[in-house]
Amino acid sequence: MNPLRRKRLGRIALNATATLVFLFAVFPVYWMIATSFKENDQIFTTEFIPFPTHFTFDHLERVLSEGVAGNSIWLYLRNSAIVALGTVLIGSVFALLAATAVARFRFRGRTSFLIALLLAQMIPAEALLIPLFLSVKRLGLYDQLLGLIVVNVGLTLPFGIWMLRTFVAAVPKSLEEAAWIDGASRMTTFWKVLFPLVAPGLVATSIFSFITAWNELIFALILMSDSSGYTMPVALQYFFGQRGTDWGAIMASSTLMTIPVVIFFLLVQRRMVSGLVAGAVKG
Amino acid sequence: MTNASTIARGGGTPSAPERRRRSAQRPTKASGLPTKAIPYVLLIPGILVIAGLLLYPMIQVVVMSFQKVGLPQISGKRPAEWLGWENYTKIFENDIFWSSLRNTIAFAVITVSLTLILGTAVGVLLNRLSKRMSTFVIVGIMSAWAVPPVAQGVIWRWLFDAEAGIINWALNLLPDWLSTLLFGRADWTGEPWLNDSITVYLVLILTVLWASFPFIAVSVLAGLKGIPHELYEAARVDGSGAWRTFWKITFPLLKPVFAVLTILSIIWDFKVFSQLYVLIGGPTNREAFNLSMYSFAEAFRSPPKMGSGAAIAVVLTVILLIVTAFYIRQMVKSEEVL
Repeated sequence: MNPLRRKRLGRIALNATATLVFLFAVFPVYWMIATSFKENDQIFTTEFIPFPTHFTFDHLERVLSEGVAGNSIWLYLRNSAIVALGTVLIGSVFALLAATAVARFRFRGRTSFLIALLLAQMIPAEALLIPLFLSVKRLGLYDQLLGLIVVNVGLTLPFGIWMLRTFVAAVPKSLEEAAWIDGASRMTTFWKVLFPLVAPGLVATSIFSFITAWNELIFALILMSDSSGYTMPVALQYFFGQRGTDWGAIMASSTLMTIPVVIFFLLVQRRMVSGLVAGAVKG
Repeated sequence: MTNASTIARGGGTPSAPERRRRSAQRPTKASGLPTKAIPYVLLIPGILVIAGLLLYPMIQVVVMSFQKVGLPQISGKRPAEWLGWENYTKIFENDIFWSSLRNTIAFAVITVSLTLILGTAVGVLLNRLSKRMSTFVIVGIMSAWAVPPVAQGVIWRWLFDAEAGIINWALNLLPDWLSTLLFGRADWTGEPWLNDSITVYLVLILTVLWASFPFIAVSVLAGLKGIPHELYEAARVDGSGAWRTFWKITFPLLKPVFAVLTILSIIWDFKVFSQLYVLIGGPTNREAFNLSMYSFAEAFRSPPKMGSGAAIAVVLTVILLIVTAFYIRQMVKSEEVL
């Protein structure tokens, strides 16, 4: 075989493998979406029906009107959104303050704080379930979305600070110094110089916290007993078991839950990957 | 990506003496606080959250693991009763603990290895594709990574559904002789994958592998982009094959990346909860428990045994901390910013 032809065959093999990888990743997601638009007789069949030939919005309408566990899916989506946005609002302010402190100042206890931050990330959230459950109960936050927000701030903050501090450190100090020389106060410098430059990092960190809180299951399971306070991950569990599984409804609901996350994710995936691997990747 | 990794490396941080000289020029009149106090003020909310919601509860878990915390204690009718090591000796005598421990470790070892192998292979593959093709594949695999864990469980439970699942349909497509040769059976109609704890874990491994290899692939790709082309040129000139080049050049240079990816994967896979919860439909099938699920079930299914749930949580944490101590050492070693 001549080398040119061999090269071309190699390229084809490479692209074919890449396509297989793509299909392995995308097919399950596609199947979820496809199922949510199929009619029941195309869902409950032992045949393979690659796409819904009778396209239907029945399942979507049903989960939005009847819903599950006594409430419309809207309510659960709303609860999830409240918890996730609340976590982001509180968490990003706290993270920005702490990240500025560790990236811009040298002070006693800085190293200890960073080590505590790392340690906090190592603690499995599952291990804190019992004491946090008791504390939330004692504080009167049981069955309230605020309790869930507080817990989620705790779960997301260490990584948020860790990630954000690299963005703060990347802003050249000379910019702030130029502002000081021009007579700007510390506050003005922060808002006019540092903040706009850190904003993209803040967005990435916020989206990370949003996704974590949006996806969180285990605390939502134990901190919410009344079905009107369920978040999406908890509500989804109630589709199983009651008179057989209504796969059309559950796929429609998980599609609704997944879409906002996938969009956010694709927006920030690059920053998130570098944030996670940060620290080890040294030139 | 190059841009982002410069940021990740904390590029452009001035050296220590320079920093001191500069901070001397800083105006102090502008804010009412002395410069020295500012970082501490900025840290107050962060420290309160981390101490109050993570470190203090961790201490509480350890204390509770030596106590009896049942219904009367939760409702505050009776104070917690000190038991010493009793919670631990009791769970160590329980078969469910050992099967949970075995499930946790076996799952983590298998899934972490498979994820790393597949992720690295895909990362290397992406690096050799054309720009357009690699963007296309990255968007595809990232959408798998983005799926919420609960939805991951739901999707794979549906794929493996006994009656209408597509996996059983696909297995039935295999020619009978091949299916018999491989699995010892030809008919897969109605195969209940999620009833038996072994096959539950098979599905769980596939689910987590599917959702987590994209992260490894994209991280490895980012690392590969940072390796100078000349090294590969030189290797090619010397007649080194692809396999040899990977082990002699790529792997040693990306070692720090692999170290972090391994540890992160271990942390994530050790405590997998949401996907398992969906696949087995809540804490019902005790043989399919892992440690997270076992702790959850002990503490929150009636009658609540929070002391013994806490003991299981402590065991899980200790195992994780031993593994991750290594991670912290890596970080401390390689990050001069610390």
